[in-house]
Amino acid sequence: MNGIVIALIALGVLGLVGSLLLYVVAKQFYVYEDPRVGQVEESLPGANCGGCGFPGCHGMADACVKAKDGKNSLEGLLCPVGGNETMSKVADILGLEAGSAEPRLAVVRCNGTKCARPKVANYDGAKSCAVAAATFGGETGCAFGCIGLGDCAKACAFDAIKINLETGLPEVDETKCVACGACTKACPKLLIELRKKNCAKTPVEKRVWVQCTNKDKGAVANKVCKNSCIGCGKCVKTCKFEAITLDNNLAWIDSDKCKACGMCVAECPKGAIHATAPVMAVVEKLKAKKEAEKKAAAEAAAAAKAEAEAQKAAEATKVAEPVKSAE
Amino acid sequence: MLNVSLSPHVHSGNSTQKCMGQVLVGLSLALLWSFWQFGLGAVVVTVSSVAFCVLFEFLITRFLMNEKTRLDDLSAVVTGVLLAFNVPSNLPIWIIAIGALVAIGVGKMAFGGIGANIFNPALVGRVFLLIAYPVQMTTWPVEAGYADVATGATPLALFKMGNYEALPDALDMLIGQTGGAMGEISALALLIGGIYMLVRKTITWHIPVAVLVSAFVFAFAFYGCPKLALMQLLSGGMILGAFFMATDYVSSPMNSRGQLLYGVMIGFLTIVIRRFGAYPEGMSFAILIMNAFTPLINKYVKPQRFGVAKK
Amino acid sequence: MKTFKLGGVHPAANKLSDKAPIELAAVPSLVAIPMAQNLGAPSKAVVAKGDKVKVGTVIGEPGGFLSSFIHSSVSGTVEKVDFVEDATGRRVPAVFIKVEGDEWEESIDRSKDIVKEIKLEKQEIIDRVKACGIVGMGGATFPTQVKLAPPPTAKPECVIINAVECEPYLTSDHSLMLAHPEEILIGVQILEKAMGVKKAYVGIEANKPDAIKLMTETAKKGFPEIEIVPLQLKYPQGGEKQLINAVIGKEVPSGGLPIMTGALVQNVGTAFVVYEAVQKNKPLIERIVTVTGKSVKKPSNFQARIGVPIQQLIEAAGGLPEDTGKVISGGPMMGKAMPDTNSYMVKGCSGILIMKNEEARRRDASPCIKCGKCVHACPMGLQPNFLSRYSELGMLAEAEEERIYDCIECGSCMFTCPANRPLLDWIRQGKPKVMGILRQRAADAKAKADAERAAAEAARKAKEAEAEAAEHHAKTEETHADVNEHLMKQSGPMPEDAAKK
Repeated sequence: MNGIVIALIALGVLGLVGSLLLYVVAKQFYVYEDPRVGQVEESLPGANCGGCGFPGCHGMADACVKAKDGKNSLEGLLCPVGGNETMSKVADILGLEAGSAEPRLAVVRCNGTKCARPKVANYDGAKSCAVAAATFGGETGCAFGCIGLGDCAKACAFDAIKINLETGLPEVDETKCVACGACTKACPKLLIELRKKNCAKTPVEKRVWVQCTNKDKGAVANKVCKNSCIGCGKCVKTCKFEAITLDNNLAWIDSDKCKACGMCVAECPKGAIHATAPVMAVVEKLKAKKEAEKKAAAEAAAAAKAEAEAQKAAEATKVAEPVKSAE
Repeated sequence: MLNVSLSPHVHSGNSTQKCMGQVLVGLSLALLWSFWQFGLGAVVVTVSSVAFCVLFEFLITRFLMNEKTRLDDLSAVVTGVLLAFNVPSNLPIWIIAIGALVAIGVGKMAFGGIGANIFNPALVGRVFLLIAYPVQMTTWPVEAGYADVATGATPLALFKMGNYEALPDALDMLIGQTGGAMGEISALALLIGGIYMLVRKTITWHIPVAVLVSAFVFAFAFYGCPKLALMQLLSGGMILGAFFMATDYVSSPMNSRGQLLYGVMIGFLTIVIRRFGAYPEGMSFAILIMNAFTPLINKYVKPQRFGVAKK
Repeated sequence: MKTFKLGGVHPAANKLSDKAPIELAAVPSLVAIPMAQNLGAPSKAVVAKGDKVKVGTVIGEPGGFLSSFIHSSVSGTVEKVDFVEDATGRRVPAVFIKVEGDEWEESIDRSKDIVKEIKLEKQEIIDRVKACGIVGMGGATFPTQVKLAPPPTAKPECVIINAVECEPYLTSDHSLMLAHPEEILIGVQILEKAMGVKKAYVGIEANKPDAIKLMTETAKKGFPEIEIVPLQLKYPQGGEKQLINAVIGKEVPSGGLPIMTGALVQNVGTAFVVYEAVQKNKPLIERIVTVTGKSVKKPSNFQARIGVPIQQLIEAAGGLPEDTGKVISGGPMMGKAMPDTNSYMVKGCSGILIMKNEEARRRDASPCIKCGKCVHACPMGLQPNFLSRYSELGMLAEAEEERIYDCIECGSCMFTCPANRPLLDWIRQGKPKVMGILRQRAADAKAKADAERAAAEAARKAKEAEAEAAEHHAKTEETHADVNEHLMKQSGPMPEDAAKK
């Protein structure tokens, strides 16, 4: 009995001393933090992905509160994961207008699949794109294309980008990608670009992009990869919105100017311009139309040729039957 | 098609398997001596210990961790032999199985497998058995024959009792004609094995020399007699620990300065435990304690740098 | 025998071609001379399609301070200036020349006579070295004229010639020493004169006893200040820092230049081309290159013109064997693997090593067992296992703390690793990043110091101006007071004062 009493007293005293210590420390080292930072942070997704450019969601929340106290607007601050919805919540908390940004998506600009881009050497070093890129020009003749060792997949915190083993290229899962930009930084070949998710003002997602970054001359690019952009410039001429520029033998579509009409896709002789399914439907029609026109033209030409030949033949027989040939 | 990688393009040909194989070769002479000394019992203990270690490693990597099994690196075999070396030769097989499970399961795989463990797996197993089954673990047979439980006081027990007069002849201790754990009795066989590993560059001299020198110095300081200090070096698991247990790659520091510090501390702790502790033998505890300090040593003890002036 | 103090490994020497004499490689019908052949900025092509060139005509000019001249190695017509793939498959500009005959520039002395007397003065030597496009021939291709003009704080004491050739397989330096010992030693004297020093060492590893003997004998005949130093066999003895440490026992301070120890290190091949440049006015248009490998029919040492196709040299050594797994430009420890054999000879190509598939393939990496072999092997006293891990995980602050910037990329760690881990692959990722941070920090600190100095200067000036103004003010006050006093004395109290009263 006595032992229990002593133990109780000892524990009680220990607890008292400890709690006093904790209390004093908490008072002594109290750091004031704006309560709004906590509120804002709660409305953020909490993935700490760093996609906003700040170290974690707390950093972003802090920046939002500072922006309110400073320039009094949330301009330039965007949580790519939560998107506009989250930002408007944050704006509500702080009593501000939310800046609006178009949702974006990571796009891999290489279509050098295993069958389109044959290997000429075998990389044998550490399994990392960064190391491989530092080692040599590349396993294929293309010094610009995807290495396929998956640095982007390793960098993705949302499991949205994966290497397709069949093609050897990374694929972006559109439903998971939050456009945080981690993969764009991880890719040593700078293949991945954040592009506007929807270029046309339609409910279905329409976007068009050049799936290549090869800056070699057309002949060289064509030799190393079947799917490469050869910089012929047909797309630039076709585009009515001046959205396409040609730089160093490579076409690039400005997703801010592009209206996703699909004309360039239909025009590209190499199939290097890619688009989402809704655009491709339009493209099919365009192509069919073009094909029909071509066919018609060919038929017309054939007809003309036949006619000319007939005329020739007729001329040969003119002497015999002049009246008939005139008909 | 040519292969491309960064330099260097040649390799020494060394491998984890070869390193472990060299350790096994180093242990073989002491193993043979224990077979000679303890007979069938030693064979049974060794074979069962190795078999259980390999089996548990296979089962855990294959079914619990779903990883590629790495039995070919021989590390489980080394753990098995070392565990056998640290137990009496008449230990029941079921206790060995428990020891192997703790060594591989808790000592190695719980930390993530080879290269990730903090403590020497064989010692984890041995210390677990020592605490869980103290009677069986400290009943040392002196003569050959399984099930022979005629016990004799080990030199270390005599040390503990302060009965320095009854200590066996130094030559007997060197060759290994005393009682003790299976593999630790013959200092000479272990020394030859250790020198083999030094020659093959499996290990560097830093840890064994630091352990032995420091143990000698502190034993001399605590017992006040150079002869007793020498006997301390020859008794118990001192040589086995210095050459084979403390030098375990994964759980020892990596640079020579760290290794020296680690070795000196092991020697010191061993003698302190032997002289003042409750147990007659302190080698395994000393190594395990220093294993715990290895990450700290790796962090704070840096190697000698080239081109950096000494402060 | 001397050697360096920390770490080191012993790769199998495999000097298959050490008995092969130097053969003259044929001049092909077309050469391509890359414009990026040296460390630093690439050169700028100064010829165009259709230009006629002779052997020794300048076709490339330095593209910066750390750059060098490039000369035509053949005579003929420039066919085009286009891109070629260099040894690592990257595209670099190159001048393609169609070979017509073998006409040399008249200024080049093509006689075989050995010219002993050094007529040129210090600065003239450096200018000649620059004009002849000499770069470090060991493989690093550092422009030699830059190295011969050390910062004024350095006090050169001796020249150390790197004839170690610690890379396995390579024998180009060895065969050069056997063929031209006297020219090399005159070259060493030229380097001594350029540096203004009176002492030189030639470090040769012990596996070349014939070269040590020949060089020692030659040195006895008229080169008393040149000492031949046999060195114990150990890789990477040919590293500049390791060689200085082995020969004169000094350590290059971390982050400092090797010349801070008073030693200028030059490759033995560089000494030879310096001799040719200074005494014979011959620019760097050819070099000795070893073509070797266990499966090569005829391991050889060729004297080949710059711009010759690598393929041709391999053919001359018996062709590319069937089971080839790797072709390396340079030695097996630090050379670069080539994705194909379509590149061309450059100044820094000391060897072409052909390895069989099973010899070349890296084995799969297994988990690190923390054996510390890499730490013991590192000649710089680093912990490669930590460096590699920190680089892989992007832990640059930790990598900096572990002195990743001291790594010389010798590959000893990876050579010795029992787990076959790609240690150096990762260290090479982290090192430039940390170096970048260090440079940025130094630049920031400098900018800050400059700004502070400027601010202090401004403050001081302002203070001075103020003080001056104050002084001036005080003076004028004084004068005023004087005047007033004077006036007062003249006219009695001022009217106001009078009014007050």
